[in-house]
Amino acid sequence: MARVNSEFIDEIRQSDSFDASACMHCGQCTAICPMGLDLLPRRLFFYVGAGLEDKVIENRETIFSCLLCKLCEENCPRGVNIADDVRFLRNYINRKVHKLARN
Amino acid sequence: MPLPTSTLLGFMADNLEKRNSVMPLSSHRMTQWAAGLDLPQGGESILYTGHMYQMIPALEYVEQMTSRFEDHWMGKLFPVGRVLNKYFNLSWFLSRVRREEQRRYDEYLRNIVRLLRTAGVGEFGYLYGEELYTGALVHDLGLDDVFEEHVHKVYKILVKHGVKRVITVDPHTTDMLRNVYPKIIPEYGLEVKSYLQVLRELDQKPTSRLESDIVMHDSCVYARYLDTVEEPRGLLEKAGATILEPEQSGKLTFCCGGPVESLFPGKAREIAGRRIEQLAAAGRDVVTMCPICLLNLRNAAKGNGTSVRDISGYLMKAYGGLEVSSGDIVEED
Ligand code: SF4
Ligand code: SF4
Repeated sequence: MARVNSEFIDEIRQSDSFDASACMHCGQCTAICPMGLDLLPRRLFFYVGAGLEDKVIENRETIFSCLLCKLCEENCPRGVNIADDVRFLRNYINRKVHKLARN
Repeated sequence: MPLPTSTLLGFMADNLEKRNSVMPLSSHRMTQWAAGLDLPQGGESILYTGHMYQMIPALEYVEQMTSRFEDHWMGKLFPVGRVLNKYFNLSWFLSRVRREEQRRYDEYLRNIVRLLRTAGVGEFGYLYGEELYTGALVHDLGLDDVFEEHVHKVYKILVKHGVKRVITVDPHTTDMLRNVYPKIIPEYGLEVKSYLQVLRELDQKPTSRLESDIVMHDSCVYARYLDTVEEPRGLLEKAGATILEPEQSGKLTFCCGGPVESLFPGKAREIAGRRIEQLAAAGRDVVTMCPICLLNLRNAAKGNGTSVRDISGYLMKAYGGLEVSSGDIVEED
């Protein structure tokens, strides 16, 4: 069972850059993504929205596979900053899982 | 087995923090391209290489090593490497990089200086050994605190030299210095333009014609982060070249795979292979404007009859004026 993590939700809510909540799950981004990332960003943003930290962390290889090429953003009807959101999740994983935070 | 992600990330963070680069090479290696060009040290306007072109030959060597490791038990040794790397500079083993390869990449930078001078851009300097890598890769990987510390270091150096205008040579450095740095440093007021933009604005008359059909590979960062789509086309077309557009081009360009090379070399190769197919379907002479695209697509093109070249060679031929006599115009593969 995936765990709903309130600390995770709080951190994401506090960020002024993470805008995945605008996503309407239309699937345009997935259709055009060169990596064929079916998870990114649509399902992943759903997990984030639902506060399922375990699910996000489980999918960390996918999160680090994104090219940040922004091809998906060209097609996104909601103007979601997908690449920046992916970077945000990388930073979260680096701190919480990879323990790479300096401060 | 995939490469151990957290170890590689740790490597890069350690290197940026302690050695100011993800690919710590000697200062001589980073600055030798400028020998004999008489660029003043610093000044209000400078050329900023961001080390990207200089790093490519070493990167290529490391990639060959890591892609061998990817499916190999030796991949398991990486954690040991990270510990060692804290105490010793592992870059010593990069001294094996082929000298001709380094010279070729240095020549792109020399050509860019010649082009800017011929176009009459006015005096500009260079920071030589004080120039630092911008930290682009570390930023992309989400290593934010190490990155931000580094940004402050870079900015301090720019301020010390009284720099006001920066001319960049690659898209990644341009995006960092133009779009990302100002978010971290509120008082940042530098004007940042790529040399392609500068040359396009100066609108110089070509000194010789390009009778070539050229397939354009737009870099994702130039096209979608920096809105630089017209400049390379305008410069080449003005000199008589015909631009051939691949299936995905301009704002819809398809990535070269480079951004995931450091963590997933196998995936990067697959993406580069798909892109080179699209490009080869449009024609056989492909032009790139980013050193990472150049490296990845050139490797992917091996044996398929396409040649991939940096745009600076074509521009040198078209706009380089009297200096064209040197034998390095459009390099042959
Ligand atoms: S930025 Fe990432 S998710 Fe978007 S198209 Fe590129 S690889 Fe796919
Ligand atoms: S294209 Fe935009 S709105 Fe549609 S699923 Fe992707 S992120 Fe969501």
